[in-house]
Amino acid sequence: MKSIKKIAALLMALLLCVLLTGCHGSKDSSAFVIPDSFDTGRHYTVTFWAKNDTNKTQTAIYEKAMADFEALYPNIDVNMRLYTDYSRIYNDVITNIATGTTPNVCVTYPDHIATYLTGNNVMAPLDDLITNPKYGLGGSELRFDGPTVDEVVPQFLAECKIGDHYYALPYMRSTEALYINKTFVEKLGYTVLDVPTWDFVWQVSDAAAAKGDDGNFLINGQKTMIPFIYKSTDNMMIQMLKQLNAPYSTAEGEVLIFNDTTKDLLFTVRDHVATGAFSTFKISSYPGNFLNAGQCIFAVDSTAGATWMGTQAPHMDIAADQVADFELVVRPIPQFDPDHPAMISQGPSVCVFNKTDPQEVLASWLFTQYLISNDVQIAYSETEGYVPVTLKAQQDPAYQDYLSRKGEDNDEHYYVKLDAAKLLMDNTANTFVTPVFNGSASLRDAAGQLIEEVAKSVRRKKTVDDTTIPALYDQINSLYRLDQIVPAKGADSADMGPLPGTAVTLLCALVAAWALIGLYALRTALKRKNK
Amino acid sequence: MKKILAIALAMLMLCLTACAVAEDAKVMTYEEYVAAELDSEVTVETYVQAKQSWRDNKGTIYCQSEDGAYFLYNMPMSQEEYDMLEMGTKIRVTGYKAEWSGEVEITEATFEILDAEPWIAEPKDVTDLLGTDELINYQNQLVIFSGMTVEAKKDANGNDVAFLYNWDGSGQAGSNNDLYFDLSVNGQTYTFTVESYLRGEGTDVYTNVTDLAIGAKIDAVGFLYWYNGANPHIIAIQPAAE
Repeated sequence: MKSIKKIAALLMALLLCVLLTGCHGSKDSSAFVIPDSFDTGRHYTVTFWAKNDTNKTQTAIYEKAMADFEALYPNIDVNMRLYTDYSRIYNDVITNIATGTTPNVCVTYPDHIATYLTGNNVMAPLDDLITNPKYGLGGSELRFDGPTVDEVVPQFLAECKIGDHYYALPYMRSTEALYINKTFVEKLGYTVLDVPTWDFVWQVSDAAAAKGDDGNFLINGQKTMIPFIYKSTDNMMIQMLKQLNAPYSTAEGEVLIFNDTTKDLLFTVRDHVATGAFSTFKISSYPGNFLNAGQCIFAVDSTAGATWMGTQAPHMDIAADQVADFELVVRPIPQFDPDHPAMISQGPSVCVFNKTDPQEVLASWLFTQYLISNDVQIAYSETEGYVPVTLKAQQDPAYQDYLSRKGEDNDEHYYVKLDAAKLLMDNTANTFVTPVFNGSASLRDAAGQLIEEVAKSVRRKKTVDDTTIPALYDQINSLYRLDQIVPAKGADSADMGPLPGTAVTLLCALVAAWALIGLYALRTALKRKNK
Repeated sequence: MKKILAIALAMLMLCLTACAVAEDAKVMTYEEYVAAELDSEVTVETYVQAKQSWRDNKGTIYCQSEDGAYFLYNMPMSQEEYDMLEMGTKIRVTGYKAEWSGEVEITEATFEILDAEPWIAEPKDVTDLLGTDELINYQNQLVIFSGMTVEAKKDANGNDVAFLYNWDGSGQAGSNNDLYFDLSVNGQTYTFTVESYLRGEGTDVYTNVTDLAIGAKIDAVGFLYWYNGANPHIIAIQPAAE
């Protein structure tokens, strides 16, 4: 009997150990619950990892936003760490998830959030925060005039929903634009279309690749001319597939990109790399640099890069004596069906990380929300060809005045920047985003790498045809581990994956404890009966 | 008899293998490398001079031999392999010659460590070549700019400063941003960079540049990187030698 008691006591001790260990481990990862009220008697420090486009005005706007916010909430300090590269933020967040030292607020892309979400309660879901009557969008307890839910551009807000929950607020939005050297297009005998087609761009680009007897390009008389340069080849492939209604992935994460339409598009790329008509940022450099030097006719880059485009651009990366004189016009990216244009919606969003202290999360949320108030939105959007993410800001008289002053100067009202912003505002309904899932960032990279690999192969005088594409698909599939992406089974039957080890141990211990208790009770009952 | 035959066959195989390796290698001189077409495959033997970064299983490395220097961009390797590349290590590299904004580099390379005595380059003084067409001949080499004067740059508020975080002052301390500073010689001013991947916040050169005073006379040592023109990546500064 004594031995049974000892075993039971040991098991109970073990159970307690497991329970306590489990509690310790889960303390940092418990789900966020909104406090009833914000405790202004306490002090909070919000760490904010921000991204700017290497633009000092953007940095100044962040700093002003922080100062203004801290004046409204004296018990909150915001500390900013500045990045100029999304991938660095992504890598640092991943590293800090492992050590439990994530920032409070972070500028990011939904694709990246999908990866962060693989951690346990790493992110704070924003659904209840957004709609909270006191501290939500337009909430009664806010100390600033923020937008209501209805005043956030619906498409942009929808982009921040991952699975069934919102995990970010949109911060800025941009799309890609086709920056065209109109002077050269007309010199070649063509007229710039309002909505250029791919055929048009390829045709003009091939014509511009012609060289004279001296080896110089006829169009510019220089040794260098790359008629068509695409900055982001992942966007290029994604948008071409979308325009053709061709498969890319399902919403659940099934990878569909390795198809015949993709192959045909890669053959088109192959043909125009071979003529010297096309190159990419990764292979050659920034499209804007070639464009400004009169060494490129069609440059596709973000509307958020508009201040780097054109003879009078406020930002210039090449020496003044290299800048060519030409007329620049801004158009939507090339389309297969100009009557039904499709273009990517991109740009930074802001997410909030979960912490053990719900008050700290609430403080982080307040700052996040402040970033989409009019002052910040209007100021930041004017630094580039960005568009404010709220209708409240877009319709603000100050912003309307800004738009109306296009071309007044080559700085704040630089016409290329305002044309780029207007391009997105006019085409918001034509924008799309790709499905977000754990692995979608890798699929995006893979989409671009297909183009890069084909372009490099042609330049290296390697064959690209029906016989080589399967190997390319296999290579990319393996390189980006797309074959390891496990598609979700849908929201209602979401597969949560195998139970964590601690949970399995706990359940086993519980079963064993109850079994022993049962045995002990049975044995006691039998003894009594025998007496 | 069988043993002798087996040994002979083994030796023959070894010789054939060695010949095949030698045939594959086609090691180029720097002159041959310069003459090679862009996008062509190149093989060189060179010595590691500095490691810039390792990310996503790719290492970026400055290398130099006695006849010229090479920038190995995004060379696939594990973290362990990257760690093994000590300064001065001799390696054989095979990859593709590429050019990005004027910077000539070897991309997608494979490498093997060679059994050789380490060699570390002495910085070549190219001060007199600043602003000349000849400077590009020293691209990627370890170089020194002597007797340079620190010139003022304008920060975001229009104040004179000795350096900027990022090219336009958009960065800040604590964010490991690149540092940009201007140095003049012979009446001409040139911009220099402490590239944060190569020498990030916390390194001596990063700290020393943030401590610079306008008007100070310094010598600056670095690698002659190229970005639409000379863009030296400085790894050390010191008061100018008298």
